[in-house]
Formats: sequence, structure tokens, C-alpha cells
Amino acid sequence: MMTLGELAYWELTSLRVAGGLAAVLLVAGTLVYIHLFKLVSFMQSRLGPMEAGPYGSLQLLAEVGKFLQKEDIFPRKADRFVFAAAPFVVLMSTFLLVVVVPGGPDAWFVDNDLGIYLAMAVSSVSVIGVLMAGWGSANKYSLMGGLRATGQLIAYELPLMLAVVGVVIEAGTMNMQGIVLAQANGSIFGWSGLGNPFLLTQFVGFFVFMIAMQAELTQSPFDMPIAESELVTGYMTEYSGMRFLMFFIGEFATAGVFSAVAAVLFLGGWYVPGLDATSNVFNVIGPLVMLGKVVFLSFLVFWFRFTFPRFREDQLQRLAWKFLIPIALVNIVATGILKVAF
Amino acid sequence: MSAVFAAVSTDAPIFVAQNVFFAVVALLMVGSALKVVTTSNVVHAALWLVLVLAGAAAQFILLGSEFVAVTQVLVYIGAVVVLFLFGVMLTRASMGDDESVAGEKRSMAAVVAGLLLAVMSVALIDSFSDDRVVIDQPQLVTTVADSIFSQYIVPFEAISVLLLAALIGAIVVARRD
Repeated sequence: MMTLGELAYWELTSLRVAGGLAAVLLVAGTLVYIHLFKLVSFMQSRLGPMEAGPYGSLQLLAEVGKFLQKEDIFPRKADRFVFAAAPFVVLMSTFLLVVVVPGGPDAWFVDNDLGIYLAMAVSSVSVIGVLMAGWGSANKYSLMGGLRATGQLIAYELPLMLAVVGVVIEAGTMNMQGIVLAQANGSIFGWSGLGNPFLLTQFVGFFVFMIAMQAELTQSPFDMPIAESELVTGYMTEYSGMRFLMFFIGEFATAGVFSAVAAVLFLGGWYVPGLDATSNVFNVIGPLVMLGKVVFLSFLVFWFRFTFPRFREDQLQRLAWKFLIPIALVNIVATGILKVAF
Repeated sequence: MSAVFAAVSTDAPIFVAQNVFFAVVALLMVGSALKVVTTSNVVHAALWLVLVLAGAAAQFILLGSEFVAVTQVLVYIGAVVVLFLFGVMLTRASMGDDESVAGEKRSMAAVVAGLLLAVMSVALIDSFSDDRVVIDQPQLVTTVADSIFSQYIVPFEAISVLLLAALIGAIVVARRD
């Protein structure tokens, strides 16, 4: 029997690319259907799409087909190459993010020592794509949207990373697989009934991470970069057809992948308490457990999105610099002291 | 890092694939670097710079220094170039070419760049000549952390204080009152 270890490098790479595409696109599609089509509809007392497929479940395919048929329009004064390349930069950052997320004890794309640090680094590249889109469109609204997005993404990257530091101190590793195992085999002050899900011991970090994640995804109440009533969807104004679809997929795929990262960091990833973390069962149910946790965390994101009105630009910056970053720093100091003391 | 410099010897094996990729990435970097200084569109220059810095990260990965490579992406591409672009777009976001960029300073800049290249080439060849880097496995984060917080603790703390001073200085300069 052939094992994965005997495959050539290019075969492994092809498998990883296929797996990564599936992990990003299927999750993104699930989130769009469950949350954007159905959840928001029920919150607004309507049914949502019902015609295409049972309960409108094939609506997404219809939407994709619609976008693919549309003309790919370039504004006359646009910088053609920068304008065309921008959606690819944004999507590339999302697809690179997923490689560090593990789905089971042996079900991973890359078991890298740097793990979460690598994820934070590639996620910061998407800002360049947003700026390229904003500038390349040759449109004042787009440029304003790009600049707003950049100011926001830079401001909220800091609390996001500082929230992760607490988890890394407690787990003693940046490896995502190691973080899952640290939660599975850990104990809370000697009590190991649940392991040590960092949701319980790093609740401050979880709070900061989820807020910063909401802002990184530019979902309401942090949607100033694409504020439709002020900027006509900001840096995406001039995009149509396939390229708009790429931004759209990027938005929901990034929501899914960031939720997966948060699930690994705070909810124990593929592990469920009560089972042996090394058992082969997790290679089968692990991806499903991850999917469940991703759907739950992204539910929180979309619940907030559909509930709160938009912040003002100065309120946004004040929240990041004067509230989230200080408590994240205090959290790091407290975690460090407790780690050494116990 | 001590671990890197210790792992240099003259009889380490040569990895052909690694050298081929080094050449490919290096050519891309040189090409992009030339575009950075010759294009007369400031935003394009910053975007070409992204390719140069990404190439540097790729070279670090070829050397097995993953931590340095990821830091390169995080700090230079994710922060420094983004701030460049942000500043350029905020102040002079004109589309198309900006002729004021291509000035008479170019020839002097070329001379300085040539001198710098010569000095650095001589210095590097003089100190390493035939040495080869030994790469058994990618460098672990714990190795980097151990060397920073033991052997290089004093320079590390000095740089931290320097950065803090620069940070306070930036705030003082930026304040109007």
C-alpha cells in the first residue's frame, strides 16, 4: 500500500493545493449560504433565496454563474495591470493562510514550526492588494476606501497579534498542531477535565482577537472602507464580474479562515474533550469538528455584522489604540507572570 | 545568530536545486530592483519593491531560516511598504508617470549604488570566500530564541531601548501642541 510519504514532491504539492482550494472555497460557500443568505434573512423576518435548489441551497452557484457572464470592465484611466492584479493579491493571502490550519493529528497541510506567526505574516499581505485596488481604479472614492482600509487593517493587526502572544506563551509553541495538543493535554490549575481550552484561560485574548478579527475582515461595525452610503463600496467600486467575485470570495473565505485560526487558538481546534488526542478517530472527525467550530465563530462575526451600526473613523482608531492594545498588553504581562508562577 | 555562523564549513555538500532556485530568485530580485529605480511612477516603484523584498524572504527560506523569512514578510511587506504606499497615495496619488521623479540626482545615485555594491561584494567575498552554509534542517524558532535571549541579550535590549526612544521621538515630533 502506498503512503503519503512515498509521493514525489510535486504530487504532494498538487494534493496540498487541491486540499487548500477545497478547504477555502467549500467553507466560504458554506458561510455565504448559512450566514449571508439564510441567517440574515431570518433576522430580518424573510425567507431568503428559496428558488434555486432545496431551500435555495444552489443559489450560490447561480450567483457565481451570473458574475462569470458579466463583462470585465476596466475604467479608462485605470492602471490596467495594478487594477487587474489586486484581487489576486487579496485571494493569495487568504489561500496561504489556510495552510497552517490543522484538521486532525495527521490531517494537516504544513506542520510548520512557525504556525501562527506565518499566518499573521501572510494575512498582512492582503493590505497591499486593497491599496492596489484603491489606487489602480483611478477613482477618488476607491482611493479613499483603500486608505481607510489600510489605516484600519494596520491599527487592528496589532491587537490581533498581541492577543495571539498570550496563547503562544501559554502553549509554549507557535506550531498550530502544538497549540491544539497543548489545549488537549493541558489542565486549568490542576483540573484537567476539559483539557485547557484557551477560551477559558485566555478569555481576554479571545475577546480582543474576535474584535480585531471583525475589524480585519472589514465587517460591520468596522466597514468604513466599503461604507456603501459614503464611499459606494470603497476600493471595490470599479470592479465588476469575475474580479468583483474574487473580492467577494476573498471576503468570506478570509472570514472562514480567520475563524478557523481562532478555533485552533481558543477552542482547541480539531480536539473534543473526552477522547484521546492521539487516536485516529480525529483524522476523520477532526475536519468536521473544525467545520463546526468555524461555523460557530463565523456566526458570531456575522451576528455582530448584522446587529451593530457603523463606527465613526475616529471611534475606530480610538478603540484600537486606547482600548484593545492596552488590555492585550496587560493580558500578555498577566499571562507571563502566571505561566512562571504555576 | 551564532547557530548560523557556526554552521559554515568549506566541505559541506552543494545542493544543485537550491542553487538553481537561488539564481532564479536572485535574477527576479535584480530585475525588480532595477525597475524600482528606473520607473517614474512612485506607486509602481513601491510595488516593485514588494517583489524585491519577497525575493529576499525566498532567499532566507532557501537558507533554512524560516523565522527570518517570515519576519521579512511581516515587517517589510506587511508594514514598511504598506506605509510607503499609504504615504505616497495620501500625498501624490497622481496616475501615470511623474516626470519630477526622474531628476539629475539619478547619476549620483547610480555612483553611490555602484560603490556600495563594490564595497559589500569585497567585504562578503573577503570574509566568507569558499565557505558553504550547512543546512541539515530548517532553523527552529527555539534556536533563534535561545541565542537572542542568552548570547545576544545585551544588543537585543539595547535595540529595544533604541526603538522605544525612536517611538517616543516620533510622538513628540508628531504632536502639534
